[in-house]
Amino acid sequence: MADLSVEFCGIKFKNPLVLASGILGVTADSMANVVRCGAGGVTSKSLWPYEHMGHPNPVIITSEHWMLNAVGIPDAGPEKAREEIARFREVCDAPFIANIVGGVMDDYAQIASEVATMHPDMVEVNISCPNVEDELGKPMACSIGKSAEVTRLVKERLREAGSEKIPVVVKLSPNVEDIVSIASSVLDAGADGITAINSVGPGMVIDIDFARPVLANKVGGLTGPAIKPLSVKYVYDIYKAKKCPIIGTGGVTTGRDAIEMMMAGAGLVGVGSAVWLHGPEVFGKIAEEMNEWCDANGVKKISSLIGKAHENR
Amino acid sequence: MKIVNTLPRAVTIKEVRVETEQVKTFVLDISVGAKPGQFVNVWIPGLDEKPFSVAMDNGSELHLAIAAVGPFSNKMHELKAGDRVGVRGPFGTRFTCKEGEHLAFLAGGYGAAPLYFFAHEAVAKACTVEFIVGARRKDLLLFTDRIEKLFSTSSALRSSLHVATNDGSAGHKGFNTEVLEEIVGKEKISCIYTVGPEIMMFKAMKLAQAKGIDAQISVERYMKCGFGICGNCCVDGLGVPTCIEGPVMPLKKVLKLRDFGSYHRDKLGKKIAF
Repeated sequence: MADLSVEFCGIKFKNPLVLASGILGVTADSMANVVRCGAGGVTSKSLWPYEHMGHPNPVIITSEHWMLNAVGIPDAGPEKAREEIARFREVCDAPFIANIVGGVMDDYAQIASEVATMHPDMVEVNISCPNVEDELGKPMACSIGKSAEVTRLVKERLREAGSEKIPVVVKLSPNVEDIVSIASSVLDAGADGITAINSVGPGMVIDIDFARPVLANKVGGLTGPAIKPLSVKYVYDIYKAKKCPIIGTGGVTTGRDAIEMMMAGAGLVGVGSAVWLHGPEVFGKIAEEMNEWCDANGVKKISSLIGKAHENR
Repeated sequence: MKIVNTLPRAVTIKEVRVETEQVKTFVLDISVGAKPGQFVNVWIPGLDEKPFSVAMDNGSELHLAIAAVGPFSNKMHELKAGDRVGVRGPFGTRFTCKEGEHLAFLAGGYGAAPLYFFAHEAVAKACTVEFIVGARRKDLLLFTDRIEKLFSTSSALRSSLHVATNDGSAGHKGFNTEVLEEIVGKEKISCIYTVGPEIMMFKAMKLAQAKGIDAQISVERYMKCGFGICGNCCVDGLGVPTCIEGPVMPLKKVLKLRDFGSYHRDKLGKKIAF
């Protein structure tokens, strides 16, 4: 029996698997259910400082190899978030990562001030959704300058609220020229770690019988097994350059996938689209497969595998 | 069977039947292999996509009984034979019964449609069905003619249709749950099946619990994706998506829900009291 526990930005997780933002994650009880199914921690859906409407349906379509989504980050605002986080604390002791988002710079400041008093274990800043657009552009604040500004603002607001100890990770988009430079800029601006990657694209699926895109938003973020070679590569690149804490996310559906992501440099592994293939029970399945692989390969502590692939050049 | 490909299929409407002033049945030229209690997502390109419980899937046609209650269903009601819609599914859980049981069906509003679909299976399994249909008034009663016709077949003669209307224009004057209470008081019912307004189903749940009768309840929540990803339809208490572990849930599961009969959530996840 290998030790699957990891410490990430000073927070202890029973295993490295965390529910990725955007999957389930609307309610405390659904996130607690994911933990019961075997997740080491959970990430909420992106929280806005105000009510935010999503896109009309269809919002998610899938095939054997990928999922394409443009849900549009619906959220009921901070009052609901406060209630759900408090409820999660009552029913579950696993780490809770609050993912926050905004349409303009001031939104990030406002929602950071709000979540600071909700006491999440970590804050994940979404600057990379490919499906919503405001003055920050698309993908949102993914320039070197804007990503650093968002990070500084969030850190500052947490500090003002006396919550400077809450670690901040920034979730990056792969749909940029140079993800490593953006990772550098947010780390220099005070981020404690990186989540890589958000969905790829956006992509499009056209229904030939209706001769029109299927998603109401026409385009959506690509996730699922098809994107795993990309996510592994970006995690590898960021780890190589920065050696920082990374939540590696993108296409993980098996224990081998999760270990691959850790060897690329991930300290935690985000799992999302795999829920579509295997249900929330996928967390327990992946953890068990990781354990079996470790036992078969004489690995005592899963954390010893973080960045392992960098040792073999 | 796990559905991995959830792309919509373009399906032609073969026929549109007017059932009541509110409800039309859309006969679609496809079988998706849906079982009673399951639902499909119907897509009107350019407008929206919504889940609808299946009123019949007979191996060659898919029937959907749809009430005009909002922008999507109003648009559905404008569609004619020959028009096409997109269909995904079937999704969710189904009603089940064993051979030769004595069952009570409690339908409110459009709920008669999926239970009528299930009645075929129950009758084929030599079950006796007490089918209670409720509506505000006589002209809003759904599928009562068809249920009577089904129960007039030789294998279903022991089964009965019971009607309740709020204004007394047909059958029992009052709530259909009062009829259910009377029936479970008289007959040895092994399971209550219910589809309709949650307050009605909540009463049926309480009755089943009090009498020690099993129940299968169609729990309806605001669904988006239909296959357990978006999280919008998760019920509190168990935290599971109703599109996967519902709509049809056994009594022992429903008893663990914190929200059932109390509140549901809108498309932003905000609680709305019943």
